[in-house]
Amino acid sequence: MVADKNKVKISVKNLTKKFGHNNVLNGISIDIYEGEVVCVIGPSGSGKSTFLRCINKLENATSGEIVVGEHHINDKKLNINKVRENIGMVFQHFNLFANMNVLDNLMLAPVDLKKKSKEEARENALRLLETVGLSDKTESYPSQLSGGQKQRVAIARALAMSPDIMLFDEPTSALDPEMVGEVLAVMKDLAKKGMTMVVVTHEMGFAREVADRVLFIDEGVILEEGSPEEIFSSPKHPRTIDFLNKVL
Amino acid sequence: MIGIMTTYGPLLLQAMGQTLLLALLGLFFGCILGIIFGLASVVDNKLSRTISAIYVNVIRGVPMIVLAFFVFYGVPYGLRTLFDTRYVLTSLQAGTICLALNCGAYMSEIIRAGIQAIDPGQMEAARSLGLSYWRSMFRVVLPQAIKNMIPSIVNQFIITLKDTSILSVIGFPELVNKAQNVIAITFKSFEMWAIVAVMYLVVILALQQVAKALERRLNRGRR
Repeated sequence: MVADKNKVKISVKNLTKKFGHNNVLNGISIDIYEGEVVCVIGPSGSGKSTFLRCINKLENATSGEIVVGEHHINDKKLNINKVRENIGMVFQHFNLFANMNVLDNLMLAPVDLKKKSKEEARENALRLLETVGLSDKTESYPSQLSGGQKQRVAIARALAMSPDIMLFDEPTSALDPEMVGEVLAVMKDLAKKGMTMVVVTHEMGFAREVADRVLFIDEGVILEEGSPEEIFSSPKHPRTIDFLNKVL
Repeated sequence: MIGIMTTYGPLLLQAMGQTLLLALLGLFFGCILGIIFGLASVVDNKLSRTISAIYVNVIRGVPMIVLAFFVFYGVPYGLRTLFDTRYVLTSLQAGTICLALNCGAYMSEIIRAGIQAIDPGQMEAARSLGLSYWRSMFRVVLPQAIKNMIPSIVNQFIITLKDTSILSVIGFPELVNKAQNVIAITFKSFEMWAIVAVMYLVVILALQQVAKALERRLNRGRR
């Protein structure tokens, strides 16, 4: 929650994305600072998720520039795998590896990419599972977990690579209402520890409480941005007002 | 019947040995082709996907008996006319090529479908952690896909084993070919074909049991 305004962590300039003839992103520009928590809100199909997925190149930008740390994401010579090691991502549908138990889900990437030895990775994984409150589930398979537990494992899995940026793509949208709280608590904790976070969400309460900045995206452009207070209490753009009236 | 079995039993067993040899060779190379073309049909490369699709569609669209005649008689003859070579294929070589090409095409489809049935989110999650495409494929996607593929693969094994009988037409001394020879001498058509049918049945039932045990083992402790 203490964003360092001097250090730009993610810089996006004039980002556009087309799927065939469908323009999803129409020129997005924003700087996200180290330690900042940015929540992205907006209607379905507005391009929020696409914006997020362009940051770690799960989608290729059609044009524009994205710089993460000092890496130009759209540079063809860039080894994107190396950059992704430092960008954790949490998905709406968890995407835990179904063929592995919880511990192996957390250990796969650090060990495979030689970031940690097996023992180190194991220790680190157990510590992370403790922080998300799932120490008793190390041997469970994803199919044996509830939605909230799966998402907490998914967050721990992303953290196992010790990233300095975390991307969340509607992390609570596929959860039963009673499980939303446990996932948001883990995310709040992470925000407090100073993680740079970009969160696409429909949880307005979370955005209001945790975000340093809120972006309202519609039809592939940032229509309004500002502190949670500015966006939620005195929105200016008619589209924002209309959207917030519907969801709040 | 007893008479036939005592007289021709050893010959038939030997012929079954040849059938199994051909089937194993065909399956071995067919699996290799299947893996190569199966993976080629899912990667993000238009050229490799097109090549794979052409291979599968050509083989699927040509009856194996035509393929067998083409490889065994047609290709050496064509080479002789064009390049004046004297090269001929043995029936085992030609049979292996036909069986492998045929089995490979169907295996490729099984592997493609198996991989595509896995939620793309699995690949995305692995990639988002920094794993390369192929590491993600081998560590995350394929282990899940193979489990789902096993029943189809076993089915394809059985079909390939039975398809060896088609290669009797190019004179490979497998079970059907030998049975025809015996009938030409003895005229005991009913008994011979009954014996041959039972021999195939026994081998295939045994194969199914092995496959079931394997499947059970792979599923242990999961889900």
